[in-house]
Amino acid sequence: MAKKLGKIKLKKEIIPYLFIMPWILGFLIFTIGPLIFSLIISFFDWPIVGQPTFVGFGNYIRMFTKDKMFTHSLFITVKFAIIFVPLYMGIALGLALLLNQKIKGQSFFKTVFYLPSVISGVALSMIWIWIFDFKYGVINYLLSLIGIAGPNWLGDPKWSLIAMVIASLWGQGTMVLIFLGALREIPKDYYEASMIDGANSLQRFYKITLPLITPALLFNLIMTIIAAFQQLTLALLMTKGGPSNSTYFYAMYVYNNAFKHFEMGYASANAWIMFFIILTLSLLVFKSSSLWVYYESEVKK
Amino acid sequence: MKQTFIRKLPIYVLLILFSLLFLFPFFWTVTSAFKAEAELHAYPPVWIPSSFSLVNFIKSWTSQPFTQYFFNSLTVVIGTTIGQLISCSLVAYGFARFNFKGRDVLFIILLATMMIPWDVTMIPMYMEFNAFGWINTLKPLIIPAWFGSPFYIFLLRQFLLNIPKELEEAALLDGANHFQIYYKIYMPLVKPTLVLIAVFNTLSVWNDYLGPLIFLNDQSKYTLTLGLAQFKGVGDVNMSAIMAITSIICIPPLIGFFFAQKQIIEGISTTGIK
Repeated sequence: MAKKLGKIKLKKEIIPYLFIMPWILGFLIFTIGPLIFSLIISFFDWPIVGQPTFVGFGNYIRMFTKDKMFTHSLFITVKFAIIFVPLYMGIALGLALLLNQKIKGQSFFKTVFYLPSVISGVALSMIWIWIFDFKYGVINYLLSLIGIAGPNWLGDPKWSLIAMVIASLWGQGTMVLIFLGALREIPKDYYEASMIDGANSLQRFYKITLPLITPALLFNLIMTIIAAFQQLTLALLMTKGGPSNSTYFYAMYVYNNAFKHFEMGYASANAWIMFFIILTLSLLVFKSSSLWVYYESEVKK
Repeated sequence: MKQTFIRKLPIYVLLILFSLLFLFPFFWTVTSAFKAEAELHAYPPVWIPSSFSLVNFIKSWTSQPFTQYFFNSLTVVIGTTIGQLISCSLVAYGFARFNFKGRDVLFIILLATMMIPWDVTMIPMYMEFNAFGWINTLKPLIIPAWFGSPFYIFLLRQFLLNIPKELEEAALLDGANHFQIYYKIYMPLVKPTLVLIAVFNTLSVWNDYLGPLIFLNDQSKYTLTLGLAQFKGVGDVNMSAIMAITSIICIPPLIGFFFAQKQIIEGISTTGIK
């Protein structure tokens, strides 16, 4: 009897694990397995065909001391992030603030801003290649109307990264919606109280709106930085990293090492450095957040 | 009344201006797709093409095996969507409705895996699929979806948590087993979320470029995005042909978006910060 009860109990305990089994298997086969494997091969010279040889920290040392493309691609990525992140967050917040007013046609505007985010990166690249076309591109035509000779956007190292920033800005409506969601959660009475106290709209923005949406700001900041580090599709399609490597992003560097030069070990080491950078950045943002992120619950305590 | 409108006029002007900026590339793409060579390269640009004949679309679509690409894309979309719906709903139910040892730790691990950049796993995954003999088949694009995706599991779990436990208890008393409860009681209740997951998955799989790029070699295996990307490299292809295919590729995601617009927009603005 006791044995039978035990069996039933055991069976009962197993049930939840049966439900989550797909994820556990997937986690082992498609996440943690590859992750460990990737770490291991990063210590090898691992060509796609032929014998792997153990090189210790050789790949990592080579990256930091001998490979100019490593530092170059990191520099390009950071440059992109520095231009892109503030512009993107600024525009998204601006649009969200506009949408947060009592206006008609709000859902229409929301749809419009989000629309480019639902199409493929390939389609987006094709669209902007055509818009940025040196000879027949519509941007250069519009610029010519105001007397500016438009640059060869995708063919000029001075402009290629800017062109990529513009194309990326168009394709990212998600942030507007997240900001809008955060703005909606701010209690109306905060504003009413401040108006009675005679605060003007600029003060209200700095003293109420901005502090209260800092959690969303934090979240978006991390996500955007991570996205900048993983920028690959646009670079592959719009410029192939050129001209003169001016859009040679870090993700592209990893991709090329793996699938063009077939140095799987070296590319894995590259990827781990990227992972490390992303983790460090996220941690930094989280750690510093106590200085500038305001959580409503802190006051209630 | 009139006064508030005047006060709000600058807001409308700005919003409309930005809307035009956001919509213009779509307009330009579609109109370019209809243009004949001369119009495409005219100066000043032709804003409205003189003819709206579909000849450009048909010519460019048939110049490459795009129909084949389309069916490949469709296979991947259907295969992954079914896989995601089954696996994510099972896993989310497990996490939401049971108390078991290690549940919270496992769930945190699940959330943490969302942070792993694709670039780190792409190389070992390639080698793994190579060892399985899956390279140059659609398997690497479909099979992983049958093991759930952290974001969808998370989304579904949030909704399952909100359903009162009494329902489950009553069913257990009636002699139903857990699988029946999951299938007959909970799944119908979270149908809108399942639809949302299907839409999200369809969008991301239909639009995916890097997966097909890495895992597929033969043209006969290409998905539409990969086909469009290599179409640009084909000798005498002009921009209106590319814009025609681009327009076609954009149609399903746009339809999907309009279909589930409300849920998508709400889903993003509420889950984004929580």
